[in-house]
Amino acid sequence: MTYLKKSPWLLHYDASSCNGCDIEVLAALTPLYDVERFGIINTGNPKHADIFLVTGGVNAQNKQVLINTYEQIPEPKVVIAIGICATSGGIYRECYNILGGIDKIIPVDVYVPGCAARPESIIDGVVTALGILEQKRLVMKTKTETKMVKAGDAQ
Amino acid sequence: MIPEYLAPFIWAVLYILLAPVIGGLIAGIDRKVTARMQGRVGPPLLQPFYDVAKLYEKENLVVTASQNFFVLSYLVFMAVAGALFFSGGDMLLVIFAFTLSHIFLVLGAYASYSPYSHIGAERELLQIIAYEPMIILTAVGMYMVTKSFFVGTIVTSSIPIILYLPGIFIGYLIVLTIKLRKSPFDLSTSHHAHQELVKGVTTDFGGPNLGKIEVAHWYEYVFLLGVVWLFFAWNPLIAIVAIIIAYFIEILIDNTFARVKWQLMLRSAWIIAGTLGLVNLGVLYYLRTVVVP
Repeated sequence: MTYLKKSPWLLHYDASSCNGCDIEVLAALTPLYDVERFGIINTGNPKHADIFLVTGGVNAQNKQVLINTYEQIPEPKVVIAIGICATSGGIYRECYNILGGIDKIIPVDVYVPGCAARPESIIDGVVTALGILEQKRLVMKTKTETKMVKAGDAQ
Repeated sequence: MIPEYLAPFIWAVLYILLAPVIGGLIAGIDRKVTARMQGRVGPPLLQPFYDVAKLYEKENLVVTASQNFFVLSYLVFMAVAGALFFSGGDMLLVIFAFTLSHIFLVLGAYASYSPYSHIGAERELLQIIAYEPMIILTAVGMYMVTKSFFVGTIVTSSIPIILYLPGIFIGYLIVLTIKLRKSPFDLSTSHHAHQELVKGVTTDFGGPNLGKIEVAHWYEYVFLLGVVWLFFAWNPLIAIVAIIIAYFIEILIDNTFARVKWQLMLRSAWIIAGTLGLVNLGVLYYLRTVVVP
């Protein structure tokens, strides 16, 4: 039985986005869409998060912040790139300061394109991410089990 | 029939087994009612249980290994405090165990290096300073009415305690807002203002450790509402209605008030304890010794 699907907590980070996608992310949390129906909570803390929502094309200044935040999220975790800037850099792709997409820095599981991405498509992206989260949990479980078996053999 | 000397143990075991279930359901109802007050559908009733089960599926990420010890101690001492209370033990001992468990939470928050965690720990200490006098006055008030600090004696007394201690009851409801981490006073965990302090005392706890903190909160809910029961212990039906109304008022306050600064929390909690609490005790003392000696 998996409970990860029933209680995914989000962490939202703005990696040099224009704020358009960020407003849409927050719109998904308003009473109109009310994602808390599905147990989704927007936390401000990477150590409590399961799903990492990133917007914007990443520049040299917030690259390290993005890596730090990603590494502080306990396994299993998934990353969703929200908006076209986060998926590829979008219209800012050729800019000297833009690194061009989140997947240049950290592994991305789900891409939600759009300028700005609509709340419906963000929620759809989160639902897709839940399936990936479940796969990752199973992988993590088998890994720890094999580790325990190996430790048992060594003894 | 169960022999009488076994009854305290049975109550303690029942509390340890059932309090997390009841506390989790209370938390679920709380979230549902809160959502309805905000015009939302809200999560399923069992959502707090899903959350904790999920936290146990996650990796246990700690900054220092001592955090594990402090969080486990917080949970254990919270359960001990509640078990002592429900087995009819000494009110003062219950309060000591209850405070000790919170000190472990503060130490756990200080064990990490995050400044957010440290600010949360400082605010948690301020909250303890704010509510402690009123909790002690509650125990003293019950002693003045029933002539006993033992919960077992207080709960079986036929005196309607609420009629003697209305001021202390209102004061207790106000510190209950601090203890339940409800809005005007949810300073240390920044329960609603998620981004403001990151997450206060719980910032550096993730996965199973955070799950333990949640379960400790459920134990705490049942214990705190058990104290409300004591005020109405002479009539169980009125006691249950009083608990439901008290908790509903707490949710209403939570959803209608903005957060205050810690100075105002400390001042209001102490002024309430100093006026309502002490005046109530003074009047009671006067009536007992001067009017009806």
